[in-house]
Amino acid sequence: MSAVDIFTAFAPELILLLGSLFLIVLDMAWRKAEKEAAVLSAALAFVALSFILLLVFGRISPSPILGVLASDRFALFFKGLALVGTGLVLLSSYRYLEGHTPYRGEFYAFLLLVTLAILLVVGAVNLLMLYLVFEFLSLTSYILVGYLREEGKSSEAAIKYFLYGVTASALMLYGMSLLYGVTGTLDLAKIGQALSKSEVGGWLAFPAIVLLLAGFGFKIALVPFHQWSPDTYEGAPTPVTAFLSVGPKAAGFAVLVRVFITALPSFRPEWAAVLAGISMVTMTLGNLVALRQENIKRMLAYSSIAHAGYILMGVVCMVSGVNSYFTGLNGVLIYLMAYLFTNLGAFAVVIAVERATGSNRIADYAGLIKREPLLAGAMIVFLLSLIGIPGTGGFVGKFFVFGAAIQVQFYVLALVGIINSVISAFYYLNVVRHMFFLPGDESPISVNPALRWVVIASLILVFFIGLYPHPFISVGTEAVQILGSAIF
Amino acid sequence: MGFPILSAITFIPALGALIILFFPKEKVNLIRWFAIAVSLIPLALSIYLWIAYNQTEGGIQFVERHIWIPAINVWYHVGVDGISVPMVFLTSLLSTLGYFYSAYTIHERVKEYYFLFLLLQTGMYGVFVALDFVLFYVFWEIGLVPMYLLIGVWGGKNREYAAIKFFLYTLAGSVFMLLAILGIYFTTGSFDILKAAEVHPFADNFTLASLAFWAFFVAFAIKVPSFPFHTWLPDAHTEAPTAGSVILAGILLKLGCYGLLRIVLPIFPEPFRFYAPIVAILGLISIVYGAFVCMAQWDLKRLIAYSSVAHMGYVVLGIAAAAASLNFNHPSFKESAAIALNGATMQMFNHGIITGGLFFLVGMIYERAHTRDLKVFGGLGAKLPYYYAVVMITGLASLGLPGLAGFWGEFLVFRGAFHIIPYIVAFGIIGVVATAGYILWKVVQFMFLGPFNEEKWGHLTDMEAFEKLTMWPLLLFMVGLGFYPAPLLNIINTATTALMGKL
Repeated sequence: MSAVDIFTAFAPELILLLGSLFLIVLDMAWRKAEKEAAVLSAALAFVALSFILLLVFGRISPSPILGVLASDRFALFFKGLALVGTGLVLLSSYRYLEGHTPYRGEFYAFLLLVTLAILLVVGAVNLLMLYLVFEFLSLTSYILVGYLREEGKSSEAAIKYFLYGVTASALMLYGMSLLYGVTGTLDLAKIGQALSKSEVGGWLAFPAIVLLLAGFGFKIALVPFHQWSPDTYEGAPTPVTAFLSVGPKAAGFAVLVRVFITALPSFRPEWAAVLAGISMVTMTLGNLVALRQENIKRMLAYSSIAHAGYILMGVVCMVSGVNSYFTGLNGVLIYLMAYLFTNLGAFAVVIAVERATGSNRIADYAGLIKREPLLAGAMIVFLLSLIGIPGTGGFVGKFFVFGAAIQVQFYVLALVGIINSVISAFYYLNVVRHMFFLPGDESPISVNPALRWVVIASLILVFFIGLYPHPFISVGTEAVQILGSAIF
Repeated sequence: MGFPILSAITFIPALGALIILFFPKEKVNLIRWFAIAVSLIPLALSIYLWIAYNQTEGGIQFVERHIWIPAINVWYHVGVDGISVPMVFLTSLLSTLGYFYSAYTIHERVKEYYFLFLLLQTGMYGVFVALDFVLFYVFWEIGLVPMYLLIGVWGGKNREYAAIKFFLYTLAGSVFMLLAILGIYFTTGSFDILKAAEVHPFADNFTLASLAFWAFFVAFAIKVPSFPFHTWLPDAHTEAPTAGSVILAGILLKLGCYGLLRIVLPIFPEPFRFYAPIVAILGLISIVYGAFVCMAQWDLKRLIAYSSVAHMGYVVLGIAAAAASLNFNHPSFKESAAIALNGATMQMFNHGIITGGLFFLVGMIYERAHTRDLKVFGGLGAKLPYYYAVVMITGLASLGLPGLAGFWGEFLVFRGAFHIIPYIVAFGIIGVVATAGYILWKVVQFMFLGPFNEEKWGHLTDMEAFEKLTMWPLLLFMVGLGFYPAPLLNIINTATTALMGKL
């Protein structure tokens, strides 16, 4: 592979790297008060450019680039998803930091860096590479969470995230070392081959699975590695919370799926059983605890834990080789797409309300329909999508993961999932109850245009996925084909 | 392919709802009359549908079929038969009357109100015309959200509780249906309702077939609602605004019955035959229990609400009898089964007309007296003669007096079912007696007879023009179908005989 090829293959990543450096310089050099809009526009331009480059140069290469980074459809899918998510998060953070902190420029630079980390991590096929970019992702996330350094809650969120994060990383690293010790290689595919051949060290695979799960589960916020997430979600700047709930979570799923399928296919029954248990516990605990939340960010944190449980159903119930569009894995991807737009839309509403009222209490959503019908109207759609009501994207996601469970006749898992989605309706509708039924402050809320566009765009996409899911199903299904066939 | 009449009927209300979003919310009269005008289009189309439906040919007509999600073989597939045509018409009629009545009685958040109502109308039509499971499920749940908001925003004192209870009950039922739908897909490879009725999924595995049967049955029984799944209904109906109660009782309950007729009976005849006694007994309990609970109510609206439980019990009984008829080979049982199904479907239509009317009447007295407590009324007959007469006709129709519409449904259910499950049906007669009891004793006597409290009720006025106008079409159907049920019975009969013929 020539140097030019390598450069073009990395073009989206390089643009993000250059962009983040450029933003830091721009922020330092430009002393005007209105520079935030300029920095933000520049950041958006870089993300857009990176996305375009991904579409143009993002070709599928048969072998990993430099032997460590795969460029398959699966990786491309997650890269695209991350860039779209970052774009929406950038827009919703417009003027958010105002009044919180004077240091606003680097914020966007760090957002680009964390996106860069995701772009790298979803393609990693070598344990060392994986560990490095995983840490890169974590470190940039810690900084963003603790960005409001004058605010106690933000710092608390960051320190909790950090402490849990380093522990999880250490465990994950130990799991990796076990795999390396048994097989003598860091390459995922070679580990898979070695493990399928040799009888030696097979018993080590189970502890390795559990240890690796600590790391991946931490990023995804799977029970029991979820304890950081409510505090972190609550304390982090809200756009960062929005980002954490979709970006790193999706990346975590990408890594989990890739590592388990490529490196540990011969232990599929073991990890599928573990994941099935984790899936049920995760969705149940997330939903039950969410019932009691009074802060909407905490509620969405627990809801996001619960959704990780649903998504995991797709990994547990994956099949391939049958002539079906319910391969389980495609459900994971479709669900993540729907969830991205739904959750970013919901968080955009949360940001708008927070900016107007200074509060994240659900009680302060009372009467929102009269204050700003667009926000309340959009929020109800996002919440219905989170419940999984047909016509919205959330339904399509659930349809595919539940469908996968029914297809492999794992009825218990499907039943637990479906009961959970009924339970979840209760706390999502509690927000609706406040917005529509209860009287409240009736003074109008002003929503800045950037945020308004995020809400409208998310709304359109949630309906689009819900009403005409075909293109999204195709994209999700194609992206997992190669990966899925590797296992059987 | 001609004019897509079913799509037009289904989506014109939703289109109207979207247009209403762009109206300024202060222009309440514009919004009201626009909504009414929009609803007249599907009303006219559904009258045309009834006339144009070819009864000699029967079967599914006006079919539209387009691929929707090719990957998983989901089709936009709609069509109507003799059961759905009257239901589509009923939906149009009650919706238009509901909008008309609301134009005079709803003064708060008018724009949202009509937006939601029109959306609800689309959802209801969709369920009656959908022939694809996914499409059916989408419409089934889409109706849930507007109704939840209608109860929660415009409802009575206890509306928040009633709204969430309504939502969670229906959702809990329908999610199991979703799993069963997926199960059917993985055995038949398609979401086609008609195809599923031909191949009878899980025919070789009775356990799975039973599970799927119960999943569907519970989803529909909650909506019907059949005992013991009825507890959401009194709250929802009592708290909903008048037009909301009318639509709830008049149409939403029929969605459940319709599901039993369209999906459960044709697709799962074997498990339904096996469990028919249980279903029949649930229907019987609904009839008798519902009627006795009515006797104990002092809130007029709650009384009418419980009366729906009893009246829907006849529908469940009729359908269960049809399923039970599969135990017998003699052709006379098939005939009785078709009669019972005719009765069940007529009961669905007539109950929509009659109970819809009763809820309008409750709303009218509540607007005036601001109470629905039967104990405080009395002697209103002399003060409100017109109202008295209308309540009498509607009430007598409700208790099944021959010559009024309510009679035919109950009569045919009894006639058909008695041949098949005589012992269960015999007990059902208790319900008929109790119905006469609560209508005549509770409603008529406590409201209209006895001493009149001049001081308290002297200010009450009789029905106004718009209220009369709301009731007239309904009265026309009660009396008209009471004397001459043939137009309704004939179209229904084409579908029920075809249905029984295939089992």
